[in-house]
Amino acid sequence: MKKKGEMKKVIKVKDKVNDGQDDDPWWWLVQEGIKPSFLCISLFALLVRVAVGLHPYSGAGTPPKFGDYEAQRHWMEITLNLPPKDWYRNSSVNDLSYWGLDYPPLTAYQSYVHGVFLKTFDPDSVALFTSRGYESYLGKLLMRWTVLSSDVLIFFPAVLYFVLVYRSMRFGMGQNSDAAWHIAMILLNPCLILIDHGHFQYNCISLGLTIAAIAAALSQKDLVASVLYCLALNHKQMSAYFAPAFFGYLLGKCLRKKNPLLEVTKLGLMVIGTFAVVWWPYLQSKDAVLAVLSRLAPFERGIYEDYVANFWCTSSVLVKWKKLYSTQSLRIFSLAATLITCLPSMVQQILAPSSKGFLYALLNSSFSFYLFSFQVHEKSILLPLLPLTLLALEESRLILWLTHFGMFSMFPLLHRDKLVLAYMALYALFILVYFAPCGPGGRCHGTKTLDNTQKTKRGVDFITSITFHPLVMGFLGLCSLILHVIYLTMHPPNKYPFLFEAVIMLICFSQFVLFTFYFNSKQWMLSKHLTSKDKQKKLI
Amino acid sequence: MMEMQESPRTPLVAAQLSWVFGIATIVKLLLIPSYHSTDLEVHRHWLAITHSLPLSQWYTDETSEWTLDYPPFFAYLERFLSMFAHLIDPQIVHLHHGLNYKANSAIYFQRMSVIVSDLFLLYGVYRSTLALASLKRNLIWLLVIWSPGLLIVDHLHFQYNGFLFGWLLLSLSFLAQGRDVMGGFLFAVLLCFKHLFAVAAPVYFVYLLRHYCRGGLVRGFARLSVMGAIVVAVFAAAYGPFVYHGQIQQVIRRMFPFGRGLCHAYWAPNFWVFYIMLDKGIAFLLRKFGFNIPAPVASFTGGLVGDASPFAILPRVTPLTTFIMVLLALSPCLFRTWKDPGPRLIVRSVAYAYTCGFLFGWHVHEKASLHFSIPLAIVAVESLEDAKHYFLLSIVSCYSLFPLLYEAQEYPIKVLLLLLHTILMWFSFSAQYSGSLRGDKKGGEKQGFEVGWVTTSYLIGVVVVEIWGQFLHPYLFGDKLPFVPLMLISMYCAIGILYSWIWQLKSILISS
Repeated sequence: MKKKGEMKKVIKVKDKVNDGQDDDPWWWLVQEGIKPSFLCISLFALLVRVAVGLHPYSGAGTPPKFGDYEAQRHWMEITLNLPPKDWYRNSSVNDLSYWGLDYPPLTAYQSYVHGVFLKTFDPDSVALFTSRGYESYLGKLLMRWTVLSSDVLIFFPAVLYFVLVYRSMRFGMGQNSDAAWHIAMILLNPCLILIDHGHFQYNCISLGLTIAAIAAALSQKDLVASVLYCLALNHKQMSAYFAPAFFGYLLGKCLRKKNPLLEVTKLGLMVIGTFAVVWWPYLQSKDAVLAVLSRLAPFERGIYEDYVANFWCTSSVLVKWKKLYSTQSLRIFSLAATLITCLPSMVQQILAPSSKGFLYALLNSSFSFYLFSFQVHEKSILLPLLPLTLLALEESRLILWLTHFGMFSMFPLLHRDKLVLAYMALYALFILVYFAPCGPGGRCHGTKTLDNTQKTKRGVDFITSITFHPLVMGFLGLCSLILHVIYLTMHPPNKYPFLFEAVIMLICFSQFVLFTFYFNSKQWMLSKHLTSKDKQKKLI
Repeated sequence: MMEMQESPRTPLVAAQLSWVFGIATIVKLLLIPSYHSTDLEVHRHWLAITHSLPLSQWYTDETSEWTLDYPPFFAYLERFLSMFAHLIDPQIVHLHHGLNYKANSAIYFQRMSVIVSDLFLLYGVYRSTLALASLKRNLIWLLVIWSPGLLIVDHLHFQYNGFLFGWLLLSLSFLAQGRDVMGGFLFAVLLCFKHLFAVAAPVYFVYLLRHYCRGGLVRGFARLSVMGAIVVAVFAAAYGPFVYHGQIQQVIRRMFPFGRGLCHAYWAPNFWVFYIMLDKGIAFLLRKFGFNIPAPVASFTGGLVGDASPFAILPRVTPLTTFIMVLLALSPCLFRTWKDPGPRLIVRSVAYAYTCGFLFGWHVHEKASLHFSIPLAIVAVESLEDAKHYFLLSIVSCYSLFPLLYEAQEYPIKVLLLLLHTILMWFSFSAQYSGSLRGDKKGGEKQGFEVGWVTTSYLIGVVVVEIWGQFLHPYLFGDKLPFVPLMLISMYCAIGILYSWIWQLKSILISS
């Protein structure tokens, strides 16, 4: 800690020499604390979101199935015009094969609310049947505004909550400008903006709820955290990627309290209560619950789709999983692989729950799910990237590196959506914000700031020293740049129409796997470091 | 010692400035698919004219109604750009097939050309702020490079103002350094790009005459001839070819279309708004008292005005009247410049000249309010009073541009741009004048940044006007009286701009 403080002083002095009067070009923005800078950054982030919303959405003008935009609109149509019981049931008025609702009830409620909004201004856009494939200037605008409002109402406040908690957790350490940088890294995460406001989805809701849950858990409001997390889970089942971490951390904390059983029961009741409220319309009969559940787990769609940089899809280059095994056995394989890979980080949190460890556990479990679970989409990389952005100040190099590959892995998808301009602009924005003058990003590249903890772990250092060797970094960076250009300008050979996608997938997968190892070992080192520190304390 | 400090600073400053510029560029890139006005087609057509026709026909061509009406340097610029446009998509520069060409290639190319030409603005700002302390420098960058008005006009509506302001700021920065020849030269170049900037020419003339051409009769005359030769050379480079082709009259006719009427379709918030309203008010009252007042033949809300008088009672306004009024309004400043020519006041004087031109000029566009709000940003950091004035002015000037973007899609963008600008200004000015953290060198100035209740209530009024125009008026009146919200905006903003005009005049006259 002391050393870091000294580093900052050194930098301050250096800047003073360089810059005369001011050491921090941002002090006018951050001098009053976090809230003004949060206000400015969030307004800017909102502007960027609105501007991205000008660009096309997925499946624009491509009948008969269109894309995610049409799916969301269709859900509004269904939920607005049918009673809740029929939302998940195939019927003459609800054709499930045409973008049937396949997210949990909270998404359905959200679609209903947004449907009401759309109906007031543009009734045609949500009329039953006749609105299929409805596309209009006003319709697009209203749909975009529903995402924007969800972002403003859920994601932004959650980020503010998290940053406030995180700062108090770091013992008020660090400059205000670091916190501002952190806010910018979370709010201007290019992947999330592109998927939500370009491609068209509502990840901001489930991710916002998750962030709020994380913040609540970190500030010891475990019951609130569990409710918020259950809400996130009920908005998108993909939030289960974080389940092992939440489970491990909350359980680990309960076990350390006076009356573990009582604490666990309280948490359990909260979870069951939340689920009961959200699922209320379906709890009347077992069939209804099963109908919803079967919609949530679309196993018939196969273990992977398209080209996603996870284990199953990448290894299918060598092993034709889909041909060799039945879906049933693949389900078991993927479940086993996911559980085994996320087990270490979960166990670590049960044994030694800590705030920092919790954030790493979130990262690790979501990476395990991304790499090994069943039916993963390219877009699911948003989930591992979320805890990574929350750890931006700890892992300032890796956030740059992995966001780069996260973006890269979604490039084919966004290219299909005709979002290349927005992709490039947001990528550049991310780089610029990352290297903001005198921000942590620019600093850690100019001068090597190693805290004490890092010195102790040789094995971990090995991975970073290899990947962050200028040559390796340069090579991989150059490769991905060239691949972008090739992808945009050249046609793949006829024999391998998806050659470029496969290469992109391979590169991204290699990085994701590498850093899953890295983060897992880092999480374990963390507890070792802590215990040795505790021992030292005890000795003193 | 000073130089020692200066040299390592420059690259850092440049890096920070390019960072600020980079962020702005990204927003501009993202805005490419947004709404654009017919100006995009106007400029596309100019690309086609300059590319397909010989120079002698540039100002005579009538293929489209969007004839070339900017001075020759701008035509040369279009010629230069058209070479690249031709490489990208030949149809962009085709005189006939290109008409109303709306392909992505055309839009992207033209939008990119504006974005790239903003590099001139970058350099202009860089040069203007080189000598300042870092906080003031950062502030000016934010005010100019992230100016919401410039973004709205250039990157949504579509024009090349950033490029032109680059030249203006460059010229002013040279003048502020005392390098008058360079300043005069750049201003002459600017005039040959867009003649609307000529409103400040009297100020430049008096200033250069008194500041540059001093030091006795002989030396003064020699300098006057040097300056004169430079200006003549610039104008010769611009207009020479057209004089050669015997077309100079045609060029002038195209550049000054006085047939267009006193006001633009949407009234710029200037003095004439009050004049028109007064006319309408008197006519209304007289009709009430039983006088038979014939309704004017031409109307203001109906767009272009022909030869008929649009006024019912008050005397008609001619271009000459407006010209004289601008000169009259300008005269105190000219007098002051004559008496006390110094680089200190030059930016203010030039901005004041543009304010006069805006308030009293003929057929003024609402976009012209940028002509003074951008240069004034350079002096906004000088004192607390300046900051207060600029806070109000830049909000009003940006708000008066709102009617340019009337479609729903851009509504959140313009509102967010203005809000962000306001908040950034608020925080940065407050930080500058809080005086708590940093020991300000002028120890006496430690009052905080607050705008006072008059300004506050005026700005709240802006919000009320906006809410009225956007929500209440359509709700209460439906489609009736569609011009009332626009009229309200221009009237309300005109009050703010009038105030700014008086404030600027005062600040020029009483500054010691």
